[in-house]
Amino acid sequence: MDKFVRLVAKACPLLLANVDTDQILPARFLKLPRSAELGRVLFQDLRRDGDGNERADFPLNQPQWRDAKVLIAGRNFGGGSSREAAVYALYEAGIRCVIAPSFGDIFAQNSVKNGLLTAVLAEADVAELAAAIAADPDMPVTVDLEQQTIARGNRSFAFSIDPVSRNQLLNGWDDVDLTDSYATRIAAFKAADRGRRPWARPARS
Amino acid sequence: MSAPQTAIDKLWSSHEIAHREDGAALLFVDRHYVHEGSFLAFDQVRKRRRTVAEPALTFGIADHYVPTRGRERPIADRSIAAMVDKLETNTAEHAISLFGLGDARQGIVHVVGPEQGLTLPGLLIVCGDSHTSTHGAFGAYAFGIGASEVAHVLMTQTLWQKKPRRMRATVNGKAAPGIAAKDIALSLIARIGADGARGHAVEFAGSAITALSMEGRMTLCNMTIEAGGRCGLVAPDAVTFAYLKGRPFAPQGAAFDRAVEAWSELGSDPDAVFDREVALDAAAIAPAVTWGTTPEDALPIDASVPDPAREADPARAKYLRDALDYMGIAPGKKLTSIAIDRIFIGSCTNARIEDLRAAAAVIAGHKSKVPGLVSPGSSMVKRQAEEEGLDRIFRDAGLEWAESGCSMCVGINGDIVPPGERCASTTNRNFRGRQGPGARTHLMSPAMVAAAAVTGHLTDVRQLLGDRKVEG
Repeated sequence: MDKFVRLVAKACPLLLANVDTDQILPARFLKLPRSAELGRVLFQDLRRDGDGNERADFPLNQPQWRDAKVLIAGRNFGGGSSREAAVYALYEAGIRCVIAPSFGDIFAQNSVKNGLLTAVLAEADVAELAAAIAADPDMPVTVDLEQQTIARGNRSFAFSIDPVSRNQLLNGWDDVDLTDSYATRIAAFKAADRGRRPWARPARS
Repeated sequence: MSAPQTAIDKLWSSHEIAHREDGAALLFVDRHYVHEGSFLAFDQVRKRRRTVAEPALTFGIADHYVPTRGRERPIADRSIAAMVDKLETNTAEHAISLFGLGDARQGIVHVVGPEQGLTLPGLLIVCGDSHTSTHGAFGAYAFGIGASEVAHVLMTQTLWQKKPRRMRATVNGKAAPGIAAKDIALSLIARIGADGARGHAVEFAGSAITALSMEGRMTLCNMTIEAGGRCGLVAPDAVTFAYLKGRPFAPQGAAFDRAVEAWSELGSDPDAVFDREVALDAAAIAPAVTWGTTPEDALPIDASVPDPAREADPARAKYLRDALDYMGIAPGKKLTSIAIDRIFIGSCTNARIEDLRAAAAVIAGHKSKVPGLVSPGSSMVKRQAEEEGLDRIFRDAGLEWAESGCSMCVGINGDIVPPGERCASTTNRNFRGRQGPGARTHLMSPAMVAAAAVTGHLTDVRQLLGDRKVEG
């Protein structure tokens, strides 16, 4: 997977609470394979009206934020369905980092697996950052995962992320390769477990 | 003597193969359920030229895209047919058992797993579906995962996870007649918020929880994710064991008795410490309905929807205005005066036999004022309901009796609520567009949905009950 170390990019405020994965990618698009098409339907029903026309008041439709790589969101961003395609849609649309006071647990995990940083920032800091960006949309933010900071101009905010996710993003670890290196321990676990929990396997198959 | 442990700790440690310095643990997976949406994960397996590590612990179930009106092949919509076909091809290629479209045991994964005895206490269970928390009702450690994690489990039968914090939600006391597990769940979510259990695994405990049937416990654990918790569970007890005895994939005979001995040790130790405790009084819980666009927007049925003009916090006021606007409800309106356009009884939350009985008990002898769809949680539930004559009660009321699948809960098989229409629904998410673009969803228990069908508006089921007995 792609590493995430440092990013300098424009940030788009989308200060809605509880933007669930159904809003990020409506279920009717879940039949699509992973492709650029997913990026085009990101936030489809928030972004476009019933006739498919863009809503002028949706931030990502505004010229200054069309090329934003960072989203600044409200609390509980990405709650709900486990659909990883919601992360693919963000990634395909060019988003590499979402900053919010909190994230849905499954969404946050799916993001890490795809090199997308979910940076947890205190509610007051999110509000301050979003207000500053609204006043001057063209000034980029610098997201530094090693330092765990988001800087803009001479203002810097510390964000949090759990150490496991931070490690994986910084190193671009591939989980399957990593797990393969534990093959002996997995085999030993399975052998011991059969005796410990004889009831755990299905009675028939 | 070792320190007292919670059920969450016991389940976690019995699956831990290894752990890293940064806090990640490699866990063994006992059951992996896959469905049509898992195609993305199978694509990853193929791309890496790998095989499935433990096909005998992996089970395919067709539920998300299956048609509910007739089961003829080919399925008319070719893009939907392709999804069902892909599951068949992928499971066949990797020698994975499939409860497919034509199988008498087919149904929603979170109904079928328990029904078949595949879901057992003490297991670690995953599925690429957030409502996998349902299986925690049996004292399993069960949670939803995304496609990359599904692919990882397919290839290795393991998963890297960081241990969540432990929360206990205690509900003591006796719930009033007509109060269901759904009311407990919605009341809890309203109290702690749609992200109140974020970062936590939740154990449900207390006299009102142990008094629940397995169906009720599944409803409650199912809704844990709507409070933001990936995993919810109830310690296994005699109710659990009685449900599982004789199920096809559960241990049989003496092996079952030995398993019960082991399972009986899985509960939290008396002095075990949780990171967070919340408590509800069952006697104070009223039938709950949602009015807005997140499950935390739940209120007792005798309340009125909020008025943004009376909200001091401008951000909250804006949220209320937007939600009421989407839902087409005037500020301050009494919930019971909200008229509905249709009803849906179905989903992994509330479509088990007890749910159908509860709804049928309310609607029996009445005509539904609005059209509606009843989709049983599994084909086995459907057959049992038909043996009990429940299908006739729904049909006589003017409702459509359909086949089993995720159906109108997620709306990807073609069963949708038309734009702008208002649906009283036994499902789990009232998100914008969840039941179809522009659909307006009100979540509630099966008995409350039936009551809304009888009157044509949101209704306190207790006023219809009289001496009718309702469970669920």
